[in-house]
Amino acid sequence: MSKIAIFDYGAGNIFSLKNSFEQAGATIEVITSFDKPNNYSGLLLPGVGNFDPAIKSITKFSKTQFQDFVNNTTPVLGICLGMEMFFDKSEEGIENGLGVIDGEVIILPPSMKVPHMGWNDLEIKKPGKILQGVENGSWVYFVHSYRVKPTSNEVITAESNYGIRVPAVVEHNNFFGTQFHPEKSGPVGKIMIQNFLDECKK
Amino acid sequence: MTLTKRIIPCLDVKNGRVVKGLNFESIKDAGDPVELAKRYSHEGADELIFLDISASDEQRKTIKNLVREVASVIDIPFTVGGGIQSMDDARDILLNGADKVGINTGAIKNPQVITELMKLFGRQCVVVAIDAKRNYELSDDVTIFSEKGKKFWFEVFIYGGKQGTGIDAIKWAKQAEELGAGEILLTSIDRDGTQDGYDIQLTQSVVNSVSIPVIASGGCGKPDDIVAVFKESGVDAALAASIFHYQTHGVKGVKMYLKEKEIPVRL
Repeated sequence: MSKIAIFDYGAGNIFSLKNSFEQAGATIEVITSFDKPNNYSGLLLPGVGNFDPAIKSITKFSKTQFQDFVNNTTPVLGICLGMEMFFDKSEEGIENGLGVIDGEVIILPPSMKVPHMGWNDLEIKKPGKILQGVENGSWVYFVHSYRVKPTSNEVITAESNYGIRVPAVVEHNNFFGTQFHPEKSGPVGKIMIQNFLDECKK
Repeated sequence: MTLTKRIIPCLDVKNGRVVKGLNFESIKDAGDPVELAKRYSHEGADELIFLDISASDEQRKTIKNLVREVASVIDIPFTVGGGIQSMDDARDILLNGADKVGINTGAIKNPQVITELMKLFGRQCVVVAIDAKRNYELSDDVTIFSEKGKKFWFEVFIYGGKQGTGIDAIKWAKQAEELGAGEILLTSIDRDGTQDGYDIQLTQSVVNSVSIPVIASGGCGKPDDIVAVFKESGVDAALAASIFHYQTHGVKGVKMYLKEKEIPVRL
């Protein structure tokens, strides 16, 4: 059985995320620092909160740095804000991001209703570990006000198109990100959660 | 493809049971909340909304456990509202598994709570619920509408539709957005429970006044009412209760009908 850590920034619903991974067979521990040894097979960065307070809770209060904890090996799934934090910086805040994927996070254009909230279909760009068994055009649930802009489009495995094209799934080494919420995306989300857990078992 | 229109079954919960009233009164039992939540989620509901209409704080304490139970059985987003007055009330709901909180009377009494919630939990968690009713006594400073030669404005009501506030609903929606609301849940008291269709004038006016998503509520009696509110008001989501509770129409059936009418939905 996989033991997975959820990092809790202290702001909002991580119950659903925890519950969805437990239903998929994982054991979950909620952590608020990286100070204990990393004996987890995977790490989740949840998708609720604001950029600066969330990134501070990760980078400022642990003696061990995120990168040292993860050590290029632990699979990390970042959801929504969690994925945005993988990048160098965000227009939502002034703090630096984790910088594990090159690029930045920008606000959605004012021509759209923000927050962008609801179900959109996925356009799969290339095969990805998280997307195995997910059909092109599957519906997933988004709720966000920012989007990621990777330096290299190579990391984008799926997009959504709602007037503008939004990177929906990114993969880079052991880092996996979804702009939408797999834990709120019905049966399709379950497939992706299982895919991440399979990755954690390797 | 574009963002789909959302269909949101609403569960009014009183003392742990789902109930349904007419014009906010004459309550009857409509089932077990967890069972209904599971059913709607399986049938393809896009989200769920729970409104706790318990009369006392004592009865309201049951909602926390209910939120946990519901969060354990569904895998779509859900909002919980009713009786939320403070940050602590909201935190209780969000940390027990709800994705958004709906705040109504509490926001009128203390508008700053909208901003506080937005700062801590993010804008997407904050749904400002507005119960509006036509008022034919015109006063200065209100947005005037007319229908069949009669002029009126939309007044915000609080305490479950029992108390008028003198506040203009259109202005309040704008102010709520400025304060940090991520979504507006807009209920027509005149139409609630009547099954006569949504109040298109009210809905359209609020949709055109804010740039956050709006959910239309009150008056849905048949799938064509949902078609009408989407086509005529441009609203983002439609809430309904009776047509789903009593199985007159399944969620999936309604969505298939909407698709036939060329409204983008998730199927």
